[in-house]
Amino acid sequence: MTAASSHPFETIIGLEVHVQLQTKTKLFCGCVTTFGSPPNTQVCPTCLGLPGSLPVMNRRAFDLALRSALALNCQIAPFTKWDRKNYFYPDLPKGYQISQFDLPFSFDGYLEVSDPKGAFEPRRVGIIRVHLEEDAGKSMHDEAAGTADSRIDLNRTGTPLCEIVTQPDLRSPQEARAWLNELKLLLVYLGVSDCNMQEGSLRVDANVNLHIPQADGRVAKTPIVEIKNMNSFRSVERALAYEAERQWGEWQATGAELGSMPKQTRGWDDAAGITRGQRHKEESSDYRYFPEPDLVPVTVTEEQIAAVRAGMGEPPAVLRQTLESRWGISAYDADVLVNQGRELVDYFEELGGLVGEGKMASNWMQQDVLRSLNERGGTIADFPVRPAAVADIIGRIKQGDFDTSRGREIFAAVLESGKPVAEVVAGMGIAAVDEGDLRALCEELIAANPKIVADVKSGKEQAAGGLIGQAKKKNPNVNPGKVRALALELIKAMP
Amino acid sequence: MAAEKDAQPVMTADDVMKVALLGRLALSGAELSSLTAELTKIVGFVSQLSEVDTDAVEPLAHPLDAQNVFREDEPAASLSTEQALAMAPRHDGECFLVPAVLGESSSA
Amino acid sequence: MPLTDYSATQLAAALAAGETTAVACTEAFLGRIEAANPTINAFLAIDRDGAMAQAAEVDADRAAGKPLGPLAGLPVAVKDVLCTTDQPTTCASKMLAGYRPPYDADVVRRLREAGCVIVGKTNMDEFAMGGSNENSAFGLVRNPWDLDRAPGGSSGGSAAAIAADMAPLAIGSDTGGSIRQPAGLCGITGLKPTYGRVSRRGLVAFSSSLDQIGPMARSAEDCALLLEAIAGHDPGDSTSLNVAVPAYRAELDKPLAGLKIGRVAAHYGPGLDAEVAEHVEAAFAAYEAAGATVHEVELPHAAYGVPTYYLIAPSEASSNLARYDGAHYGHRWDGKTPTDDGGIDSFDSPLVEMYCRSRAEGFGPEVKRRIMLGTYALSAGYYDAYYAKALRVRRLIRQDFLDAFEQVDLIGGPVSATPAFKLGEKTDDPVAMYLVDLYTVGTNLAGIGGISFPCGFTAGGLPVGFQLQGPALSEPLLLRAAHQYQQTTDWHTRRPTTVSA
Repeated sequence: MTAASSHPFETIIGLEVHVQLQTKTKLFCGCVTTFGSPPNTQVCPTCLGLPGSLPVMNRRAFDLALRSALALNCQIAPFTKWDRKNYFYPDLPKGYQISQFDLPFSFDGYLEVSDPKGAFEPRRVGIIRVHLEEDAGKSMHDEAAGTADSRIDLNRTGTPLCEIVTQPDLRSPQEARAWLNELKLLLVYLGVSDCNMQEGSLRVDANVNLHIPQADGRVAKTPIVEIKNMNSFRSVERALAYEAERQWGEWQATGAELGSMPKQTRGWDDAAGITRGQRHKEESSDYRYFPEPDLVPVTVTEEQIAAVRAGMGEPPAVLRQTLESRWGISAYDADVLVNQGRELVDYFEELGGLVGEGKMASNWMQQDVLRSLNERGGTIADFPVRPAAVADIIGRIKQGDFDTSRGREIFAAVLESGKPVAEVVAGMGIAAVDEGDLRALCEELIAANPKIVADVKSGKEQAAGGLIGQAKKKNPNVNPGKVRALALELIKAMP
Repeated sequence: MAAEKDAQPVMTADDVMKVALLGRLALSGAELSSLTAELTKIVGFVSQLSEVDTDAVEPLAHPLDAQNVFREDEPAASLSTEQALAMAPRHDGECFLVPAVLGESSSA
Repeated sequence: MPLTDYSATQLAAALAAGETTAVACTEAFLGRIEAANPTINAFLAIDRDGAMAQAAEVDADRAAGKPLGPLAGLPVAVKDVLCTTDQPTTCASKMLAGYRPPYDADVVRRLREAGCVIVGKTNMDEFAMGGSNENSAFGLVRNPWDLDRAPGGSSGGSAAAIAADMAPLAIGSDTGGSIRQPAGLCGITGLKPTYGRVSRRGLVAFSSSLDQIGPMARSAEDCALLLEAIAGHDPGDSTSLNVAVPAYRAELDKPLAGLKIGRVAAHYGPGLDAEVAEHVEAAFAAYEAAGATVHEVELPHAAYGVPTYYLIAPSEASSNLARYDGAHYGHRWDGKTPTDDGGIDSFDSPLVEMYCRSRAEGFGPEVKRRIMLGTYALSAGYYDAYYAKALRVRRLIRQDFLDAFEQVDLIGGPVSATPAFKLGEKTDDPVAMYLVDLYTVGTNLAGIGGISFPCGFTAGGLPVGFQLQGPALSEPLLLRAAHQYQQTTDWHTRRPTTVSA
């Protein structure tokens, strides 16, 4: 899908991400921020921009923003201020957005992304700034209705947003998608946002152009294009891939370089799979920023920063390494677990502690817990089989009560019935097979399988495996390993 | 940032038109010409500030040196939809109605 | 003595003593309003029913023995720039004709809690932009001392209402002198408190870093009474000071011996009317006779106050008034394309056309001028030379005051270079009109307090005002100094005879 291997250019990608902070109320007023409410039911004079209304900063919003910036390894400005970004639009009732211009509260950070399967090299993506601003409302235009009006819902106006602007450090659409996943994971871990693109709590715009090495050693650069209207991480990847190809074609046709035209904005059409140029609005870019007179500046001390750091918990990147070293699991396994979220990691660690080691716990997490969780839906918190039960099953396997595949059946039965492990085990008639019974069974099978005996005797020990299936049919409780060992012993003892 | 303009500027009708559109004001022909003259005079008047040496002076945006004013993240009563729309020139009982908005959501 | 001749303090005492009722007071002032307003045009809205109902409630509470504050039952006129749920809030603009806010301004809430009887909303320069009240979309206001002259602005309606005994108390707003200058031209007392002393919540914003709400009345004593009710911290205004409100009336009678008053030589340039200068000097002499000392001080950047103000205020205003676009409230263009007038007639979209025409129809010429000026001053390429430059000079102006207040307690001087000027005299020359704010803008730029009160009359019978400016939160001293002056003079008790009851 990427053009990198077949075309001689580098794709240069930068992202601008808007994240809605998970506060109860809006940034400047006490209206709630619940998604999906009937239009204009969560509004007040402040977020409606009524005459005489004034903003007051939500402390929790600032704290969550600070937490995000620290997790993104940013510098925190000791003194930060608010600015007005002035423009006219019906979803912006004041005619300006309260945002941050020249003194954002944080800057110069980074977030790394790597692919455990090695699809791309680990990438450290620089973050130019993270700042806090208020969201605008929604305008809805029903083309089908044929009216000349748009409908304006201001519920969303004033919702706190963190704007995260990256350096153009990404080099492929897949990297961009993976980086967004990592960002989302991080912010969900921090409890900052639910990063749900479908609900609009995370939005992405991308800036992309190509660097094309020339024969004379110069690097030609295509004009930068801003892509908007991508509604999922997959759309971001597809849009970037499409746009890179489109720019390559454009370059070959026109040779137009960076600087020869103003930055273009193109909208992604997911259904058609293409980007479309949007009408160029020149004067709308003069936002006439000036300091917001209705809000006073904010200072942040080292003590406050330390306090926020202390309360943050381990971010995913650190947690992956912690799990690897603490439990001796692979980078791949750690990645799978961490990507499922903190609650699942807690579940795993509890299980690992009970089992006494990580590898089996990790296998059971991935092959049993996660699989059934995905089938059933719901969260790990609601999952009826708790770590103690899984540990119980694993313990019995280790004791030799039954094998792993039997153990899986037990797990499934526990999940479905809700009964305790012991009861399920007993109900399935699982019992340790008496040594005498096992011997008798093996002798019976050996007598019934002269070909297998002959094969084993002629040196093909693996033929003994053929007895295991038969043994299980006769007695599902037999341990396959024991059957094999005993059968071999008996066969070898035969004349 | 673009170059600063020196003192004694003259506003042209073109300047005035651009500013009018930026400020969303439809000016009549008469207003365009009277504003061009008036604004030239006013801008000339305020430009005397260039005489003041402010090289070592920080801007003062707030007259008082207050900082860190916050409110707690607790819900407060919102207006009813009826109240919100009460003064709207056009609405449909749920939303404000405006002439069609072209393009997606807010911001350039 | 008719009730309308009483000062607010006297009325409060009479009400407390049972010598009169709130209903009687309110009826008296409403009668005066109905008689005089057709001539003066001080009020844009008169709420007879609401006022009488409120007055009756106060009387009933008093009769029932409920404890009532000193303002209970006193009629108050409120400048139409403050949000009131029960009366329109128009800011004297077609843009907000008929607009009813869904909430009361914090000051209005406090007035109601104090039991005040809000008799109506007063006329003003549109969106508080002006110095003569000739910029109202609903007709100019006449100075009760001379009906052919302006009352000053932008709180011209409130000033005229007090001067003509239409109300004993009024609320005004002051961004560059809009309480103090009309107070001076109308012979009444008006105070601009320290920035942040009174909540701006519900004050329709003109210039957010300069706007303040303040009391206007016949005397400093009355202003103190009103200020006690409206001052105080409001968590809904991030710029509101979290500082206790002093009992302003308690210290009014402390003598002034030892008070140091500054006099700024640069105030007395060729533009200052000779009679004004004479009365201002007499006021200084009166203070000296009372035991104060007068010292020469400098405000080196005072001459730059007006240009600084006329960059900052319009810039903030251009942003504050962007919300008036016909989309969510206020005037909207009816969609009918006007005949071509040689002006701007092509727009990017129907939406943009709606914005442009709604605003063109809704705003008066001065408002448009200031929006244009402010938009220009903030625009790309001009921000540094204009707006940012003005913010730097502002810091210098504030520092001038801080330095001066190291040497003196208060600064005295004229509030206006001339007495009330003729209606129409300055309307052709915006810069000439801007210069009426010469003595007052510095107070707002520095965020400090200022009070103006009458100190004499011209030979032609026009009031002359005297201004005192003090450091941040010096309202107790400002009120005390003005009050003490009013104990030994009677300028503030004089009344115009142009409009009879």
